[in-house]
Amino acid sequence: MVESQRPKSGGVVILTNRHLSYLVGGREEDNRPAPPFCDIRVEFLSALSKCISQKGHLIRHPDVLTFAFWCRKANITRLRDTFDDGRAHLGLGAVFHVSPSNVPINFAFSYVFGFLAGNSNYVRLPSHKFPQVDIISSALNAVLELPDFTSLKATTHFFRYNHEAEITAEISAKCQGRVIWGGREAIEEVRKYPIQIRGREIGFADRYSFCVLGARTLVEMSRSEMERLALGFYNDTYLMDQNACSSPHLVVWLGDLKNVLEAKARFWDCLLLVARRKYEISTKAVVDKLTLVYQSAIELREIGRVHIHNSLLFRVELEAIPDRLDLLRGNCGYFYEFTVQTLDKIAHIVNSSYQTLTYAGVNRSQLLDFVIENRLSGIDRIVPVGTALDIGVVWDGHHMIQSLSRIIEVR
Amino acid sequence: MISLVDLLDLPPFSISASAKRDIFRSELQELTHHHYLHCPEYKRIIDLMEFESRVAVDPENVPFLPVGIFKTHRLSSVASSSLVSTLNSSGTSGQQVSRISLDRGTANNQKKALARITADCIGDSRLPMLILDSAPSSATTDRTMISARTAGIFGFGNMGLDRTYAFDENMGIKFDVINDFLNRHRDKHVFVFGFTYIIWEHLVLPLSNMGRQFSIDNGTLIHGGGWKKLHDRSVDSAHFKRSVKNVTGITSIYNYYGMAEQAGSIFLECDQGHYHCSNFSDVFIRRNDLTLCDSAERGMIEVISLLPHSYPGHALLTEDVGTLLGEDDCPCGRLGKYFVVHGRIATSEIRGCGDTYQSSS
Repeated sequence: MVESQRPKSGGVVILTNRHLSYLVGGREEDNRPAPPFCDIRVEFLSALSKCISQKGHLIRHPDVLTFAFWCRKANITRLRDTFDDGRAHLGLGAVFHVSPSNVPINFAFSYVFGFLAGNSNYVRLPSHKFPQVDIISSALNAVLELPDFTSLKATTHFFRYNHEAEITAEISAKCQGRVIWGGREAIEEVRKYPIQIRGREIGFADRYSFCVLGARTLVEMSRSEMERLALGFYNDTYLMDQNACSSPHLVVWLGDLKNVLEAKARFWDCLLLVARRKYEISTKAVVDKLTLVYQSAIELREIGRVHIHNSLLFRVELEAIPDRLDLLRGNCGYFYEFTVQTLDKIAHIVNSSYQTLTYAGVNRSQLLDFVIENRLSGIDRIVPVGTALDIGVVWDGHHMIQSLSRIIEVR
Repeated sequence: MISLVDLLDLPPFSISASAKRDIFRSELQELTHHHYLHCPEYKRIIDLMEFESRVAVDPENVPFLPVGIFKTHRLSSVASSSLVSTLNSSGTSGQQVSRISLDRGTANNQKKALARITADCIGDSRLPMLILDSAPSSATTDRTMISARTAGIFGFGNMGLDRTYAFDENMGIKFDVINDFLNRHRDKHVFVFGFTYIIWEHLVLPLSNMGRQFSIDNGTLIHGGGWKKLHDRSVDSAHFKRSVKNVTGITSIYNYYGMAEQAGSIFLECDQGHYHCSNFSDVFIRRNDLTLCDSAERGMIEVISLLPHSYPGHALLTEDVGTLLGEDDCPCGRLGKYFVVHGRIATSEIRGCGDTYQSSS
């Protein structure tokens, strides 16, 4: 097999062996498992974090900076301390990560979870050439060249290919673990090719998320508290054009009608101010939102009223809950709303596609009871408004380090 | 008050701004209310927007629909028994197309308006006509289901005599047929019609490659249709005109902007390179917050037409970007607003979680 090396802008070296183009790593492989959070790996991520943070020009990609901040030593050692359960753990071996093609940063988190769990990682990069991929790849390459970390070189492989079945099959066959991000079709396509017989697999499929707001607490909020809440909601939604799986599409208002009416007025007013200040809406998004609202006007029998604020904020008030509410999705500032006196009224709508419930003005233990007592098949995260997009080692109901490592029982 | 019937008898670019505003206020209110009463889907939209259709408003305040709605919904304001045809917008395979419901009255008004506007370029008498396309096959001549391309050919064809198709069914140039046509009408003014991209792809490029040309020096060409494919090939209007002149000798060339969703009331391009609203149409350019742009400011193009009676398409937000240049004061002398079109709105990359699987090609 012929290999050619050529430097690419940003110092990324691409190794090409006919089908695979590597941005990090190459054919040299070391698939021996390591203990989760072992010192050299913690140090490595700390060095990676510094390497990225030092480059000021990266400010243009806040997701890269968030990633770097996440990798800093203080955060990783904190995670290590909470992970320590007194048992012995070791990674699985080789893990194949199939990253989503249109979320720039998730490939990096997927990799870090596999890496911290003690695995050698094979990461299929997004097919879209995001600048974030190049930035992180070149930082990784730089850190891997440091003398302290050369032993990690054969544990990290980032590559692209044209999704040929033979390559997916070949990589899968040698892996003890596989993490697949994407829609149903994408996950099913990759699943045609088996991993090792005892392998573990996690599918991060497309999910639906919603927000519960307690009207009584909201009406009592001070102006600055309300502004903070609106900013948090903005970050959960507009920041990613409301396209992240954990971005809410529906706001469930909890409370009596009088409080809800007042809370709505104050909350949406504040949100609109934030959006006006921070969000630049694309013309395409305006046209798409208008088209969607008119289509809904025709089709959606449960529509009550529609509020269009300045094309930045579209609100569709529902008078009743339609079947498959999770299929109603807007983007770039388009929300469905429904009011209930008690949460149990909406228990029947929750199916396994529900992921994140963001909340404000509601007791979180009440929300947890709602999920457990109603024995719901969905809702994997209950987090405060403003943290929907925060990614942690627990994601979609999986503890990533536990899922990608094994326990050695010693008695 | 002048109505659409009267407008159809007037020269097509003859109404000045203030008179037009009054006529459009009243005509558009009638249309909005008519569609409100007869198209249930439109009624739901208008009710939800809390718009009062019985009150006349200034044209810019008439509720507009995004053209995309015609791709997902068939909206009709007349009984299905009185529909004479469905016009389908052109779309590449796999794309959804618009379906526009036409009754006899709307189809006739489209025909008359188009004739009025075309007469501005070729005069009132019918001329020998060369169509730079292949003859619509019998499958597409079924007028109950008609593509925008066929509709364009038939629509402009009404203004022609001795209609002659320049291409065979494989879009190959029929040299003998064209030369016979030119010999038959030597020294006469001839009317040439075609779609921009088809002219480029099947006439200009092949003739340039072959090093052949025609001399249709006394012809007037009217062409229209999307520029997207030509933009992709870095061909602009000036380049197009120059190339057409080189291979055909035609110097009198008119481009138009139009769409299946408002057939008939096309926007003709004058020799200044400006698209013109006719007596039947108007245009508004909107910012992303839907407020009106200032003159010379870029925005989304909203088109107004007085013709759509059988479907609620009298005010439509297009997916094109344009700039309003002025009203009633174009150096070419035509009254009405004039504007330029910059192309389709950008389809920006959407952020979020999505499919990782794309079939390898």
